[in-house]
Amino acid sequence: MQNPVTPRTLYDKIWDDHVVKTLEDGTSLLYIDRHLLHEVTSPQAFESLRAAGRPVRRPDATMAVADHNVPTSDRSQPVEDPQSRLQIETLEANVKEFGVPYFPLRSRQQGIVHVVGPEQGVSLPGMTIVCGDSHTSTHGAFGSLAFGIGTSEVEHVLATQTLLQKRSKNMRVRVEGDVAPGVTAKDIMLSIIGRIGTAGGTGHVIEFAGSAIRKLDMAGRMTLCNMSIEAGARAGMVAPDETTFNYVKGRPFAPQGEAFEQAVAYWKTLTTDEGAHFDEEVVLDAAEISPSVTWGTSPEDVLPITGTVPRPEDFADPAKAERIRRTLAYMGLEAGQKIAGTPVDVVFIGSCTNSRIEDLRAAAAVLKGRKVAEGVRAMVVPGSGLVRYAAEEEGLDKIFRDAGFEWREAGCSMCLGMNPDKLSAGQRSASTSNRNFEGRQGPDGRTHLCSPTMAAAAAVTGTLCDARDLLEPTMAEGAA
Amino acid sequence: MEKFTRLTSVAAALPQENVDTDQIIPARFLKTIQRTGLGKHLFAGQRYDAKGNENPDFVLNKPAYRKAGILITLDNLGCGSSREHAPWALLDFGIRCVIAPSFADIFYNNCFKNGILPIRLSREQCLALMDDASHGENARLTVDLEKQEIHRPDGEVISFEMDPFRRQVLLEGLDDVAQTLKNHEQSIREFEARPSRAWIPSTKQAGRPQSVIGAKGEQA
Repeated sequence: MQNPVTPRTLYDKIWDDHVVKTLEDGTSLLYIDRHLLHEVTSPQAFESLRAAGRPVRRPDATMAVADHNVPTSDRSQPVEDPQSRLQIETLEANVKEFGVPYFPLRSRQQGIVHVVGPEQGVSLPGMTIVCGDSHTSTHGAFGSLAFGIGTSEVEHVLATQTLLQKRSKNMRVRVEGDVAPGVTAKDIMLSIIGRIGTAGGTGHVIEFAGSAIRKLDMAGRMTLCNMSIEAGARAGMVAPDETTFNYVKGRPFAPQGEAFEQAVAYWKTLTTDEGAHFDEEVVLDAAEISPSVTWGTSPEDVLPITGTVPRPEDFADPAKAERIRRTLAYMGLEAGQKIAGTPVDVVFIGSCTNSRIEDLRAAAAVLKGRKVAEGVRAMVVPGSGLVRYAAEEEGLDKIFRDAGFEWREAGCSMCLGMNPDKLSAGQRSASTSNRNFEGRQGPDGRTHLCSPTMAAAAAVTGTLCDARDLLEPTMAEGAA
Repeated sequence: MEKFTRLTSVAAALPQENVDTDQIIPARFLKTIQRTGLGKHLFAGQRYDAKGNENPDFVLNKPAYRKAGILITLDNLGCGSSREHAPWALLDFGIRCVIAPSFADIFYNNCFKNGILPIRLSREQCLALMDDASHGENARLTVDLEKQEIHRPDGEVISFEMDPFRRQVLLEGLDDVAQTLKNHEQSIREFEARPSRAWIPSTKQAGRPQSVIGAKGEQA
């Protein structure tokens, strides 16, 4: 136990409040408040549970939804791929057998697990939240400790509601000041990853702080925390504040009435104490962040849209130079070329990083009255059925459809090349997702990560381009 | 889970940084509901061409390395997706030990859960072992977890660090879940009964009727 007068970080506080027991070697048994499940990483865990004759310890702290392996086309049709269908049916059989709450594929609440959890108020401040998916870091936006786990750990949580964990180190990333018009949370996060690298946060939990972070809405904070894993961090967090409480209030699974007030009183204590120790600290000036895009096959390969692709010969380290050479060949880019003007074949707006209503509004602001460039396939995949419905209520679907976008059903879609939405070999995408790894969006596909604003602009011009050139000054102000 | 005590095997070198779990096994092979049978998809993107034919230049396709039990890479092995299919694919191929200067956190954890020993060594040591590996079957490495040592073909011994708890779990092939339930059930019950946790709602029943998440993030 820590001395209560020792100043603690947000992470320290949530950690301390969830330690069931600390073992002799310093490993802690950590209690898990929320366990989110999806169809891809849970079947083997349920199978082991069944083989051992164990129940799910806390179905009332668990929630399941299918997202990775679902088609995003017409939901009235059965799932065509037999393997995908079996995986979804297996999840449905498991939640029924073990009594786990589930949002069915045809319900309006279905969607990407990291969109659904927050939207439903299942994910709340001060909680420990896990899921068999690395982008569970998304939920840290609420001031919770949220991280991805493997299937063996999914089984451990199902059976015991705990995990054996070692405490991570503390890292703070402060972004101070105001971002320029047209610069979004995605650009902030890509810039952070470009700065610290994909292993920069390894062994750490990152707290995002500073005035530019405080000004972000919950969607922006989720985008930020979502990609903490792309910086190698165990988790990302933002301290809860009025923005958080206002978002949570009234959500279906959030505490109601007096219970809500009591919860808020607790949540208000979840801030880093003055003088708390951080093992690492990084500071960025918000004003220096540009609309950004990746050029390579690692999320750290980030450029401002005005930038040029690196040259292998500029690197003294031969291993680094070789990696640049290999990456350029894979991406079909020339050393030293401007990244702007690179033609794209596909534009994908979606994924747990950028598929919320705020993201759709930002893209629609660029697309209104414009058309998708000839030869470009453009698709928008809302993060949940409720996001899709809300967008239709606002008429955003009409803007997307009129521009020539496909308006699809909720799911992970083209983020990961697992379901029918994939790039073909050699195709180049501007994508609002989170990973540009080789083959991530389909074998030999080429991915450029960017914000919804930038993806929409790429759809209109048919090339990677500076979205600010397409934004009215007033729109640029409003793009968040 | 199979115990890990001592392994003597050919090592395969993949001298790349940031070998992510999408490379270890692409998402299109995650549709299975089983743990086994994934070895044929290990490194599918590099191992096979678009028609599914083996790429003869890829290390695991070379005759000397088709039965490699050890894989050596550069920094940040296993970054990206949390998919445990990555260690399952390695294991199914026959790899029981992975060596790198650094690992991504989730992948590192997942290895232990499957009887795979992940070892951190300095970059120089990894490069030296890659040099050994280049001699194929003439240069087997021996990894001894009990002594925390790697024996090189020339007789040199490299010792490595290992968390004592994790070492024990691997040496004995322990089942985590059974251990937790046996040793900590009472503590978990006491924790669950803490009054400070009373605010946490159930996921079994929505506190208010389902409604639309409407304009400006509020509910209509």
